[in-house]
Amino acid sequence: MTTSFTRSELLQPLPPPASLVGPWGWVRANLLSSPLQALLTVVGAYIAVTLLWTFIDFTIIRAVWTGADRDACLDEKVGRSVGACWPFVWAKFGQFMYGFYPVDERWRVNLTYAVAVALLVPLLIPAVPQKPLNAVLFFGAFPILAFNLLYGGSLINPWLSVVGWLAILGGITLVVGYLMSRVEGPPNMLFLKWGGAAIAVGILLLLLVRTGIFAVPRLPVVETRQWGGLLVTLVVATTGIVAALPIGVALALGRRSKMPIIRLLSVAVIELVRGVPLITVLFFATYMLPLFLERSPDAMVRVLVGVSIFSGAYMAETIRGGLQAIPKGQFEGAMALGLNYPRMMSLIIMPQALKLVIPGIVNAFIGLFKDTTLVSIVAIFDLLGGIRAGFTDPQWASPVTLYTGFAFAGIIYFAFCYFMSRYSIFVENRLNTGRRR
Amino acid sequence: MTDGTLPARATGAPKVAFFNDPKTRSLIFQGLALALLVFVIFTAVTNAVTNLRNQNIAGGFGFLEQTAGFGISQTPIAWAESMSYGRAFLIGLLNTLLVAVVGIFFATLLGFVVGVARLSPNWVISKIAYWYVEVIRNLPLLFQILFWYLAVLAAMPTPRNSHSLFGLFFANQRGITVPRPIFEAGAGAIGIALLVGIVAAFAVRSWAYKRQAATGQQFPVAASMAGLILGLPILAYFLSGMPISFDYAQQGRFNLTGGMTLIPEFVALTIALVAYTAAFIGEIVRAGIQAVSYGQTEAGRSLGLAEGRILNLIVVPQALRVIIPPLTSQYLNLAKNSSLAVGIGYPDMVSVGGTILNQTGQAIEIIAMWMGCYLTISIVTSIFMNWYNQRIALVER
Repeated sequence: MTTSFTRSELLQPLPPPASLVGPWGWVRANLLSSPLQALLTVVGAYIAVTLLWTFIDFTIIRAVWTGADRDACLDEKVGRSVGACWPFVWAKFGQFMYGFYPVDERWRVNLTYAVAVALLVPLLIPAVPQKPLNAVLFFGAFPILAFNLLYGGSLINPWLSVVGWLAILGGITLVVGYLMSRVEGPPNMLFLKWGGAAIAVGILLLLLVRTGIFAVPRLPVVETRQWGGLLVTLVVATTGIVAALPIGVALALGRRSKMPIIRLLSVAVIELVRGVPLITVLFFATYMLPLFLERSPDAMVRVLVGVSIFSGAYMAETIRGGLQAIPKGQFEGAMALGLNYPRMMSLIIMPQALKLVIPGIVNAFIGLFKDTTLVSIVAIFDLLGGIRAGFTDPQWASPVTLYTGFAFAGIIYFAFCYFMSRYSIFVENRLNTGRRR
Repeated sequence: MTDGTLPARATGAPKVAFFNDPKTRSLIFQGLALALLVFVIFTAVTNAVTNLRNQNIAGGFGFLEQTAGFGISQTPIAWAESMSYGRAFLIGLLNTLLVAVVGIFFATLLGFVVGVARLSPNWVISKIAYWYVEVIRNLPLLFQILFWYLAVLAAMPTPRNSHSLFGLFFANQRGITVPRPIFEAGAGAIGIALLVGIVAAFAVRSWAYKRQAATGQQFPVAASMAGLILGLPILAYFLSGMPISFDYAQQGRFNLTGGMTLIPEFVALTIALVAYTAAFIGEIVRAGIQAVSYGQTEAGRSLGLAEGRILNLIVVPQALRVIIPPLTSQYLNLAKNSSLAVGIGYPDMVSVGGTILNQTGQAIEIIAMWMGCYLTISIVTSIFMNWYNQRIALVER
């Protein structure tokens, strides 16, 4: 029998004190860690609950859901304090979504939305293959289709003109290539043949368009003056972002160019546009552009030009950030392979730079989407403008109409922007794999 | 990347076509760009001259001398309808500056509060700050301005039933009324005393730092600075016979009399700008504080510094380096966003200019003046902030 003064086995660890674990421990640590924190918790919770309750109470609990006119939303007619007047939104829904787009033609807008979603969703989901084709369809073909559908007119002619112009441009490139190859060695006759053929085909197509043979299947024209509501918001935002990419790439490359005149021009454009508010750019497009041109373009076109220049200048700085993040070795590697400048940029540098700044591009899109509200100041009716116009309808004049309109617009804007910001975070995390440890 | 002076073109090297020579090529490109630019400008100017002649609009800034003939709802300097367009535009500019300065001040305050709140150990507070940022950042600014203007301020009671705070501040449909300071003779002395106080305070501070560096002895810097900056003007106030008094608003039967009324457009615009910009500043502040490694705080503790000093001397100076550059662009954004005032009719530069543009048709001149003013504001702000940034930047080898 030996008496041991030391333990032969380890003591089992005690469970942590009840005050540190479980819901109560969490509450103590996160809500009540000191008297000041407890006070903050109470005050904060009071504010949060009040705001949230006000919103839910107004939009759901006290809301009126059906009705034909303002009587449905008047306290004295309903016999209680009325919250959101949703019948107002239902009645004006068409106006909020399409503006004054003719009712019979609204299927065209819906079809455009459907095509946009069908092209955009696969573009946004990383697992879906065929990204380049998808991107070309969305950024290249979709804008023509969308214009074709929304504006109306001939269904075939715009496509023929685009193909025609592309053929002519390609042909000219080939002919120039032939001329260049002549200087350096034996001329490459294939270039000349194909180039000439392409130019001929292009001219033929453009002539065909002129003759009007293919003008027959046509949709009734809907002037841009009749567009409005969410349609305008989406058209302006999408045009802005699609135009911003090429403008931004060109300006960013120009800013980093070694040619002093090109660099100076790019810097001047970027800094001038970024230094002034969007609204002055819109005023510039609306009031000054017609003075500088022989024929004044359509009001919507002017606004689109302004928005494109504006977003292009911001995009240029985003892309410049991406370009600056590319190590010098990538440039040197491309040069060592003997690539010329366009190939170096399009094959090596730009893909990496753009990939780096995708979150920045999405953020620019969020900003642009919010900024589209400004077009209502130059008399183009976007969603916000349409809702403001809805307030003035005497048929729906009630104390809650205004708040209902704001609640509706707020929910739509928030839904769009919140989804985009979530997506940007998702992309950021996905692209971060290389640097995450 | 393409270097014009490649040594490979020594004798014996294969002849390069002239258009493949980087030098020639860059000259050609730049020549083309310049020619295009000249062509565009020439066409634009020719068209503008023709169009203006057709519309009977004389170019130039002569119209600024003409009588404006419209009312302006907020005039920091004297205004009458018989005064000139030039003065109207100046009032617009001053109103823009007023909103920008007031907005930047409060947005910075609120932004720092939001940024710190997001990092608070208190779950409720940090969640509130998070959702504040999410909601505010995802709603268009014009939407928010209209919301404050149409839904909040327009729903205020009539002047007769004004909301009142301590009987000093009143809020009603016509705006917010606050006591108006009245400066009598001798009030200038207080301003001078304030200036002297500020200068003396900074002199004391630099003297105290030097002394501490030389001898290690500390001096109550904060207390003495506060004493100089606050104490001197107060002393001057009593010595000069209390020349500042306040005109308090009186609630009459139908209206408020006296006091100083901030017009609802100004209030709505400022609240919206402050709330919107503060959400962005909050994120910047949070990122800045998080960029300072926790080891720095621990190092401060192991040196035995008090928590307040760790914050003041270690964390904040390092966080500021990350915060200042993006903060600058938020200030610029706020100044530019104040142009949304035109949406609710606050008489800022764009709003007043727009009225002038509609009356005179002088689009080119007005837009040039806008752009010139905004560019100047942007440049001055960024020069100041860059100077400040350089002062606090990390000094490396």
